[in-house]
Amino acid sequence: MKKLLVLGAGSAGTMIANRMNRMLNRSEWQITIVDPDPVHYYQPGFLFMPFGIYGKKDVFEPRKKFLPSGVTFIQEAVELIEPNNNKVRLASGAMLAYDYLVIATGANIHPEETPGLAEHEWGKSIQTFYSFDGAVALTEKMRDWKGGRLVVNVVENPIKCPVAPLEFLLLADWYFTKKGMRDRVELVFATPLPGAFTKPIASKVLGDLLEKRNIIVEPDFMIERAEPDAKKIISYDEREVEYDLLVSIPLNKGADIVGKSGLGDELNFSPVDKNTFLSTRYDNIFVLGDASNAPTSKAGSVAHFAIDTWGENFMHYIQGKALKPTFDGHANCFIESGFGKGFLIDFNYNVEPLPGAYPMPVIGPFGLLKESRLNHIGKLAFRYMYWHILMRGMGLPLPPTMQMAGKRIPQAA
Amino acid sequence: MATKTICGKTVQVNDEGFMTNPSEWDRDIAVEMAKEEGIEALTPVHWKVIDFCRANAPTGKAPTVRQITSGSGLSTKELFGLFPKGPAKKVARIAGLGKPEGCV
Repeated sequence: MKKLLVLGAGSAGTMIANRMNRMLNRSEWQITIVDPDPVHYYQPGFLFMPFGIYGKKDVFEPRKKFLPSGVTFIQEAVELIEPNNNKVRLASGAMLAYDYLVIATGANIHPEETPGLAEHEWGKSIQTFYSFDGAVALTEKMRDWKGGRLVVNVVENPIKCPVAPLEFLLLADWYFTKKGMRDRVELVFATPLPGAFTKPIASKVLGDLLEKRNIIVEPDFMIERAEPDAKKIISYDEREVEYDLLVSIPLNKGADIVGKSGLGDELNFSPVDKNTFLSTRYDNIFVLGDASNAPTSKAGSVAHFAIDTWGENFMHYIQGKALKPTFDGHANCFIESGFGKGFLIDFNYNVEPLPGAYPMPVIGPFGLLKESRLNHIGKLAFRYMYWHILMRGMGLPLPPTMQMAGKRIPQAA
Repeated sequence: MATKTICGKTVQVNDEGFMTNPSEWDRDIAVEMAKEEGIEALTPVHWKVIDFCRANAPTGKAPTVRQITSGSGLSTKELFGLFPKGPAKKVARIAGLGKPEGCV
């Protein structure tokens, strides 16, 4: 029996287990998936929790529910990957041999990397929605908050779901307006990037969105430390931003085990060929989902499109054929903007988000780079699709690579 | 797409003066771009950073501050000392690379 070993049973790992269970000849292949945590979180839902749109129960399910019976699930932590021996050592000391290894261990937040964040004010005046516990704590904080200056700060890129900080601010504008206290809330976005929008066409189309919604942007803000007692964050160039409530998106890193096994970069993301996800160092290791260093967004939609192209490619590869550079960096993200509306963006490694219609030219029904009620409904409907279609390993009737049909390049850009 | 004449060469730039074709860059351009960014003279340490960014940006994409610090061995504080107020953006412009970008 040949052995396919998958590390991590989140969005990417679960989709791979289901896909490979169907595609591989099961009389020849054994599929094993390892994850220390029995709970599968719907991470996009964390954004909605602080605003009372989703509750705790909406965002998690047991991992086992989405893993096919033909796949062995081992609920245990990994101690070390030994790529030169084609083995993985588990925390219990047990060794798992593999012919092919897929690393899908994701990315996680590390507030302890920024002085002042994860200290005595963490979970009080310093909050995050980038974890389940964080989103639960922030939900309570928002409910009782009397107003003041709310600062959203991205510590450093890359982060998971890069549009989520922006969505949080737009939803906060709506949430505090609805509560009748928007005049007592100041909303600030402190970002290490040169602005909230950095791509030329998105900047032109959406550039005044934050101004219209009265959200102040503090660009090029590279946080050095937080001063939890003085309630301010300080940048490397000594700019100070005061807050009453800091919503932090802490440093995102890949799994420690990736770094410890010598397979990571400076942030424990594992270097891959960006079109095939083959490790740059080992020809029997693939890295999918947020765990890789592929320069696309760290998002579930990307993992889905990536695995769509990777599955077929892998089937060729195990027959001794060369991998094809099939993945184009395709990402497709709803941006929730509050007041029952949203945007949709669709892009890849080479094509920035453009206006137009998706998935069908003209008809849509979703509008690209345009605010609409339907885009909001699409975003909410996605939770159903995630649990019932994607995590069951079924495909969506959408091409995995980005299509130019339906997109327009504005004249002025 | 706009162009700009710098050191007697015409190069393609975007609205904010970032070069859009990294292959049009040379070291004389870097010196001029640095002056425009308020850096009068480029020291060997400045060049160490610029060279690192050039060598590690075959696609013309600007590296992040962390990629620069871990690759060049400088601390973030030192990097801010060399390229005050937004080193990632300044180095990218001086090195003829695109502006640091997010996804939108």
